[in-house]
Amino acid sequence: MATVTVKDFQVGFPNDWCPGCGDFGILNSLHQALAGLGLKPHEVAVFGGIGCSGKTQYYVNAYDVHTLHGRVLPYATGAKLANPELTVVAVGGDGDGMAIGAGHFVNAGRSNLDLTYILHNNEVYGLTKGQASPTLPMGSQTKSLPEPTIQGSVNPLMLALASGYTWIGRGYAFDVRGLVELIQRAIRHKGLSFLEVLQPCPTYNNLHTKAWFAGKDQGGVPRVAPLDPSYDPVIEPDAGEGAVRARLGAFVVEATRGGEPIRTGVFLENLSVPDLGERLAQRLPAYRHAPPAHRVVADAKGRSNADLTPLFAEVAVS
Amino acid sequence: MSTDRTDIAWRIGGPQGKGVDTAAGIFGRACAAGGFHVFGRREYYSNIMGRHSYFDVRVTGRPVGVHRDRVDLLVTFDTETLVRHAVSVAPGGVLLHDASAADVAIDAMGFLDDPLQEELAAYLAERDLPPTTAGLLEDARRRGVTVLPVSYGDLTEALTHELGASRASADRMLNTVAVALSAALIKYDPDRVKRGVALTFGDRSKLVEMNRQAVDLAYAHARRSWDLDAVPLRLGVRPERPRRLFVTGTQAVAMGKIAGGLAFQTYYPISPATDESVYLEAHATFPTTDGGQGSVLVWQTEDELAAVTAATGAALTGARSATATSGPGFSLMTEGIGWAGINEVPLVVTVYQRGGPATGLPTRTEQGDLQFAVHGGHGDFPRIVLASGDVTEAFQDAAQAFSYAERYQTVVIHLMDKALASTTLTTEPFDTSRLAIDRGLVANPASDGSNGTVSFPRFRPSETGLSPRPYLGQPGGMHWLTGAEHTELGRVTEDPITREQQVEKRLRKLQLAAREIPAEEKLRLYGDASAPLTLVSWGSNKAAILEVLERLAEEGVTARHIQLRLLWPFPSAELEPLLATARPLVAVETNATGQMARLLREQTGRAPDHLVLKYSGRPISVEQLLDALHQILSGAAGPRLVIRNPYE
Repeated sequence: MATVTVKDFQVGFPNDWCPGCGDFGILNSLHQALAGLGLKPHEVAVFGGIGCSGKTQYYVNAYDVHTLHGRVLPYATGAKLANPELTVVAVGGDGDGMAIGAGHFVNAGRSNLDLTYILHNNEVYGLTKGQASPTLPMGSQTKSLPEPTIQGSVNPLMLALASGYTWIGRGYAFDVRGLVELIQRAIRHKGLSFLEVLQPCPTYNNLHTKAWFAGKDQGGVPRVAPLDPSYDPVIEPDAGEGAVRARLGAFVVEATRGGEPIRTGVFLENLSVPDLGERLAQRLPAYRHAPPAHRVVADAKGRSNADLTPLFAEVAVS
Repeated sequence: MSTDRTDIAWRIGGPQGKGVDTAAGIFGRACAAGGFHVFGRREYYSNIMGRHSYFDVRVTGRPVGVHRDRVDLLVTFDTETLVRHAVSVAPGGVLLHDASAADVAIDAMGFLDDPLQEELAAYLAERDLPPTTAGLLEDARRRGVTVLPVSYGDLTEALTHELGASRASADRMLNTVAVALSAALIKYDPDRVKRGVALTFGDRSKLVEMNRQAVDLAYAHARRSWDLDAVPLRLGVRPERPRRLFVTGTQAVAMGKIAGGLAFQTYYPISPATDESVYLEAHATFPTTDGGQGSVLVWQTEDELAAVTAATGAALTGARSATATSGPGFSLMTEGIGWAGINEVPLVVTVYQRGGPATGLPTRTEQGDLQFAVHGGHGDFPRIVLASGDVTEAFQDAAQAFSYAERYQTVVIHLMDKALASTTLTTEPFDTSRLAIDRGLVANPASDGSNGTVSFPRFRPSETGLSPRPYLGQPGGMHWLTGAEHTELGRVTEDPITREQQVEKRLRKLQLAAREIPAEEKLRLYGDASAPLTLVSWGSNKAAILEVLERLAEEGVTARHIQLRLLWPFPSAELEPLLATARPLVAVETNATGQMARLLREQTGRAPDHLVLKYSGRPISVEQLLDALHQILSGAAGPRLVIRNPYE
């Protein structure tokens, strides 16, 4: 098999996102990241939610699953649990993940299953024409809103931390080089990784535009900038409680920092929690060599190969 | 004066959490160990501790699968049980009650619902008896019931003194004592009771030994206190004891799923479905016939939306995948079922029906979800709906469901109900030798050396509606899956021609299923095949109907039973010739609107002449159904008979 290139992950189909959409930056980054990791298209399954962001997987040549609104994580979870060899990437929008899918987002965090979730955050529901999403700050009025939003906003990084995600990062849609690296690090992380990607919505978010992120109004000083090089996201496998607390404390400071610049980079890389696959393999010895996707269920004649003798013996009365 | 009986209905009741289930388990296993067939029925409130629960155990010389209203032996642990069930003890039967409950006012029972209090007060007033337990006991005596008081307090004392048990363990052993007392009353072999104890407590040898001693103590107490020969009940021991299992309906489904190749099961806790998943998790690894090991990954999710979607995600990788739920959870699952439908994903959903709508009756039975199973989810898509009529069918259907799901690449809804789920039954070991595994049309894309980057036409229309299915991760099988309408590659489309082609492709699979599924898997005919009197039903009513057919035959009335096993696609072609000679056609269902009867009328044009319905949340008993049939035969019945009984 020849070497895989970015082209192998691209599709020749027309793309129906609005010109200037942040999704393009995320899609290009995903193509490059997957090819750069040396993965073959059939080894990858990309799951998307509903909305503009949920179309991302249409434009990736791999196994692609466009799911239901808010349900991207449980679909991805089932596939990864059943076939641990798959590289599973879930993508979805802020409404998909932080509103209708918030329960799944939180509970996925408890698993530390080895998959990557990329949240497209443009603060609005684009495909239904611009309603406020759960990440739009209180009092903001984007152009579709008849009144400024009266509800507060979710901080995705903090929610991910509270839920147990072991790799947490933030990127910016048009910083493709930075985003490729973040996606690759997220996929390489052995455990559940969450990457928030800030993105402009050129059609409905007239507050946080590409020009705003680039700081055009402030002499070209960008409003997104990498974390300080001294920030160390790693929690080592054998880190003591004190070290963990110190690391989480630093995370909270960075993830809740108001004002500018907004930081991008790896906020947390927690190596101290064993990934779910390892824990499952300890409980179910067959899991490693015969996970559900590879379980042989019939003999050569097509008859059930399950031997129920011990189950029957347990309930035999005569 | 005692003669051997081959059909004894035994009931034990008490507060939830006090060991009613354990006691019934001991009694049932003890009788099974004597070669009898045992059927058990469990009734309980949606409550952890304290509310009234009871267990019917029917011990018979031949297999039965339904309870009797009239019990021969009632063992009460508390006053409430006495009050609720005293009137159900049959003449010639025995009522065992705590001596301290001999004279308690009925209106002092906190948990007794007002309608039942009123019913009992009226019943006793009619007989010039006071509205107290004394009144109920006197009524029982007048009806020829042997009423025996027992002091559980004294027996607890005896257990602590004679066996050296702690107060707490003596309390727990009262179950065994109550079972042994009633076994002594029917002169049953005490060694079999000890065998029942050992089978119930398994390898906890200290517990087994203590409880065996409690059996001896109880038998001695019974002989000392009562004239056993005066009790007109006796249960001998059967000469033959073939190998039998003692299983519940949920266990049968779980075993069937394992036999059927289940590899991935999801669930969100809900009554009465949860027991199945708990059993599967406790038995997650098992041997395979080639000397290897099989396993099931059981995944508890955050809700039913996740349960159905995670199971679907797993099914996409080639795993035989299922979820189990009850009505409220099934409501949540319908969006995911639609997704599996449009994506042609093999998925098995076991639905344990309970009283609805909304939270309804969480721990009571109903057949209220048939129309929902057939129609649940928006839009048109094929699904297969099966309904099991007994524990053996529950095993077979659970296994078969996977092959239907993979063969027709769609959702299979396996309908159970609470009555069947909580049925306890002695049965021959289930037959796994004939279970054929059909993996359906699996794609095997040729490797072309091009990085496996070529997309696969997963949804290419065909004459049968089936198209080869690659598993996620397979080289060369890449395609798109989407909840939106799609092209043969799985790409979103709104093109009208493609839309029609895909809708028709999917629906053709259902026509194929209707042609291919063998007639005996669609419906079964019992009784006198040429009799015009026809009872049509589905699900757990089967056992009551079969027993009523026998009772009617004894009365010289011939009748037949059509049991519908495949509810969708509806077996109209197989039914029509049978319906043509059915006179009268009687539909029996445990729901309020006759959901199967509506389907029958919709699909065949034939409406039943009579509906026999019950929707109190309790299953139909033999006597109730027989009474309904008598009303129909005598011409006294209208088109809709509702079975009611305040004492259950």
